[in-house]
Amino acid sequence: MSHRSPAWRSPLRGPWLTSVFGLILLFGIPVLFVTGLLSYAAYNPDLSPVNDKTPDKGLLGFYLFSWPTHPVWLYRVTQGVHVTLGVVLVPVLLAKLWSVVPKLFERPPVRSLGHGLERLSLLALVGGGLFEFVTGVLNVQLEYVFPGSFYPLHFYGAWIFMAAFAVHVALRFPRMVRALRGRDLRAELRTPVSRTRPEPPDETGLVSPDPAPPTLSRRGALAMVGTGSAALLVVTAGQSLDGPLRNTALLAPHGREPGRGPNGFQINKTAAAVGIRARDIGPGWRLVVRGPGREVVLTREQVLRLPRHGAALPIACVEGWSTPDQRWEGVRLSDLAGLVGLGERPPGVLVESLQRHGSFRSVVLRDNQVRDPRSLLALRVGGADLSPDHGYPARVIVPNAPGVHNTKWVARLSFGETA
Amino acid sequence: MRRSFFRRGYGDSPLHLLLLLCSFALTAYAGVRLLRGDWLGIVLWLVGAAVLHDLVLLPLYGLADRALQRAVPAPVSYVNFVRVPAFVSGLLLLVWFPLIAGTQRSRYERSAGLPADVFWPRWLLITAGLFAVSALWLAVRTAVWRARERRRDAGS
Repeated sequence: MSHRSPAWRSPLRGPWLTSVFGLILLFGIPVLFVTGLLSYAAYNPDLSPVNDKTPDKGLLGFYLFSWPTHPVWLYRVTQGVHVTLGVVLVPVLLAKLWSVVPKLFERPPVRSLGHGLERLSLLALVGGGLFEFVTGVLNVQLEYVFPGSFYPLHFYGAWIFMAAFAVHVALRFPRMVRALRGRDLRAELRTPVSRTRPEPPDETGLVSPDPAPPTLSRRGALAMVGTGSAALLVVTAGQSLDGPLRNTALLAPHGREPGRGPNGFQINKTAAAVGIRARDIGPGWRLVVRGPGREVVLTREQVLRLPRHGAALPIACVEGWSTPDQRWEGVRLSDLAGLVGLGERPPGVLVESLQRHGSFRSVVLRDNQVRDPRSLLALRVGGADLSPDHGYPARVIVPNAPGVHNTKWVARLSFGETA
Repeated sequence: MRRSFFRRGYGDSPLHLLLLLCSFALTAYAGVRLLRGDWLGIVLWLVGAAVLHDLVLLPLYGLADRALQRAVPAPVSYVNFVRVPAFVSGLLLLVWFPLIAGTQRSRYERSAGLPADVFWPRWLLITAGLFAVSALWLAVRTAVWRARERRRDAGS
């Protein structure tokens, strides 16, 4: 039995409470991991270097597949869940770490080689976990203080965290099950402060040897953490929802609509933010459509005369927010491929924007995205011309693609090119 | 016999070692890729996250909680009527700090086309609301206790 610092006196710490928080994270963290991996796949990184912020991923990209165009709401849901669940799990993560903090100071610090290795793995678990939560939470608030580009940090950091998470689960799962079975949850939920007793001391070293009198029951601790999660859910989730519920996202970055009317929906980057000038998108604007050995240059009037189609599609950002379905109107990407002789089974396309700075100025879409009849070079939305902030004169809109793949201020479409 | 020899030297089972080695191999594979950028900064962030949390943030809120318990002279269960709203308010501030404090005000306004000055007053109002709900709850509970006591006194 290791000697522990008497500073840790909470009567609530013990294997049961730790296991309850652990169980919640055991379900939550894999959901974050899988939705995160799906988001990477949604960028179609294997198509082109311009789509891939982690080109040296090696085996870590083993699972990549061609991202589908249906259901159109899939990315909206997976990425909304990724960000919202991550935010909601913050109090659970903090509570879990609070519950095990006496272990940080256990004596002796290293009992054996095995114990030392496990503690090293725990450093990767705690450091990696906090790193993932912190970089994610900062990135959605545009607070780019972390040392490098968000994409590689969050992607490789996730693998380091999950390597440690998997081994931690493997080593602790039996102990967690034993601890959860050791106490009856329903009885625990009926125990008030006055009848709260510390868990019996055991080999986990979590129970305080010198517990203070309780000021909170275990059910109270769970309720407090749950209230924290619920509060974060309420002020955050609305930025991914439609209708009046959107107004509940009081502290989330994209809870409010930036304007009224057909172009009043969420903007990721305004025209000014990425260096679009009035003359770039004035009457002098031209759309260049290229295919093997052919090139067509069109004015906006000429594009407007091409067969026009409609599609109701959302914008869903990697930052977790999304818009309701917007009624887009424009020319099918497959019809534009037809202009350069690629009407039959069109290939993928390199889309280049006029924007001067910012990530994803050019992206490559896959053939399944070009061939979907809802994939448009949109000219109008909700019955009005696009606004400059939504990509006037023309933008791409592809069903189920991440927001940054719906390139705004399109200058050139090169079919069959991958940058 | 061989197994107990291993256990004496290593301190745990061979499976334990095997699992950890698998994990470290994956960590190394992802780690060399992660550290190709500003490796010192990234190591500082990874280790610093754990150190700052365990040695600064956690002791700070532990101390704040103890100070609160000393400051509230009433019966122990009253502490929670301050503790819970303070915890929730602090949590909202912790997660949405850059927006609430407006640390990237101009970037946010230029990017999203939305005013950035709403988050600070909203957080204050939410905090006020949390404490108001807590106060109301306490008032109702106190009234119920008193009524119960009066009935008991009248009955005896």
